[in-house]
Amino acid sequence: MMGNTSGSGSLGELDDLYEAIILDHYRNPRNTDPVDSPDIDLEVNNPFCGDEFQIQMKVENDAVTAVGITGRGCAISQASASLLAELVEGKKSGEVRASVSSFRRLLQGEELSEEERDVLGDIEALGGVRKFPIRIKCALLSWVGLDDALKEHLAK
Amino acid sequence: MSITGPGTKLSGREFDVATVRADFPILSRKINDHPLVYLDNAATTQKPRQVIDAISNYYEQTNSNVHRGVHTLSIEATDAYEVARAKVAKFINAPRPETVIWTRNTSESLNLVAATWADKNVGEGDNIVITAMEHHSNIVPWQQLAARKHAELRYLAAGKDGLLDMANIESTIDSRTKIVSATHISNVLGTVNPVAELANRAHEVGAVILIDAAQSVPHMAVDVQAIDADFLCFSAHKMLGPTGIGVLYGKYDLLDEMPPFMFGGDMILEVTYEDAKWNELPYKFEAGTPNIADAIATGVAVDYLTDLEMDNVWEHEQQLTAYALDRLTALNGITIFGPEDPALRGGVISFVHDKIHPHDLGTALDQQGIAIRTGHHCAMPLIRSYDVVAAARASFYVYNTKTEIDALVSGINDTERYFVR
Ligand SMILES: Cc1ncc(COP(=O)(O)O)c(C=O)c1O
Repeated sequence: MMGNTSGSGSLGELDDLYEAIILDHYRNPRNTDPVDSPDIDLEVNNPFCGDEFQIQMKVENDAVTAVGITGRGCAISQASASLLAELVEGKKSGEVRASVSSFRRLLQGEELSEEERDVLGDIEALGGVRKFPIRIKCALLSWVGLDDALKEHLAK
Repeated sequence: MSITGPGTKLSGREFDVATVRADFPILSRKINDHPLVYLDNAATTQKPRQVIDAISNYYEQTNSNVHRGVHTLSIEATDAYEVARAKVAKFINAPRPETVIWTRNTSESLNLVAATWADKNVGEGDNIVITAMEHHSNIVPWQQLAARKHAELRYLAAGKDGLLDMANIESTIDSRTKIVSATHISNVLGTVNPVAELANRAHEVGAVILIDAAQSVPHMAVDVQAIDADFLCFSAHKMLGPTGIGVLYGKYDLLDEMPPFMFGGDMILEVTYEDAKWNELPYKFEAGTPNIADAIATGVAVDYLTDLEMDNVWEHEQQLTAYALDRLTALNGITIFGPEDPALRGGVISFVHDKIHPHDLGTALDQQGIAIRTGHHCAMPLIRSYDVVAAARASFYVYNTKTEIDALVSGINDTERYFVR
């Protein structure tokens, strides 16, 4: 027989990509409830793999008071969307945008400050995607969409 | 691991997978510490040593421009280039070598017909018929042409069984149809389409038929005259040959009447300051210095396949496909697209897992050295018609074995344990 040893956690470097926290968010995504009369309501998709998410947010007094992200996609894009939803809830828009920027830098392999790492928390687990460059887009999909929408909303 | 298949005795002679595999240097590569299991042959195939050597030999021994010099190298290069064309012609039973035009790939061949024959012959109110299972390369050129000409683009539907709905052929292909362009074998469903029947109906209404043979010529004996194809195209890189070279076959009279596709050197007979006269076939369609080295190497790929015998190649893939369908069907959570009967399909199997996204599966299998394709397979409308946005695809060729299919199945099982637990 060819192939690998059996059992989970043995598929090469797969654990670097799919850390436990990612699999957890993939299986049990957070903040998936739709938001009532959202201020921001957009769809993002990646035609290459067919992943698509609907992102809804309520922004009051410059803070995200409610967020809902639903959709379908691979484990990385789903976990990333779920972690994003968890992160932005209750944050000031400036903080959200700063976090998106930290997240981008994390995926580009840049060194993050202690402070940035504190803000991202669990999300740092997604940094393993760096080893699988083709999957970086999956991790960024909802983040880029949300950031653009927020920027547009603030400019109104 | 054992690399031999179960010593399959095929129609004429022994088809020995181990001997075939030994010709492919890349198959001894390890990917992520595992032996490479290459199951992405519908995207492109690996190359045997003979083809790789043909390219370096050409540059080491013969390199020169064709059709222009009187010196020895140019004569040798021209000769080799034309011999390769003749081999391809014989391979598809084209009546004469001039009916084989070198292009860059299937996509360029399709575009060539759309931009020349169809541009000249399709007018307002006419229609173009393609099928619901085409590659983007055989959709988009026709969408563009239809828009330009105010013509209608019609689709011959496919059922959930993965077969073309031939009951509607007479109403779909009608007196206003100018061209029917259909894939011979679907790169997603594996379906082998009844192209001779389509050709017959097209000819009944005075239309021409173009066959996208990108997935058939590499895998089965294709006879352009038996099908009565007006045009037929394929890519060398999907049949053991190099990238960057493809073929357009066309009936002589059609090609002869068609305007050129590109203009430049080699495609003209005579140029004055005011005008130019087109060269004879096939050169009218080969503007500029062609891809000489890769054309010659394509001839070597054709030799390789001819030597294996295409009936053996087909039979080998039929056995692999039947085995893979059996094993994959037995897994939980897997939905396979396309015809259930292996006899109705080529060696292409697209599937989805109800709990694992194709890209996660693709990444996990890659960790075990197994290369499959994931995504929309350049057939977005078809994939969407199955209510999925992406699929995984395993596709086979001459060097694949049942052992490799076992590796795929156990890889899927391991991936399922990993994600679903
Ligand atoms: C059925 C079919 N048509 C057309 C193409 C396009 O071939 P190429 O990319 O070589 O032009 C492919 C290959 O992906 C194919 O499978």
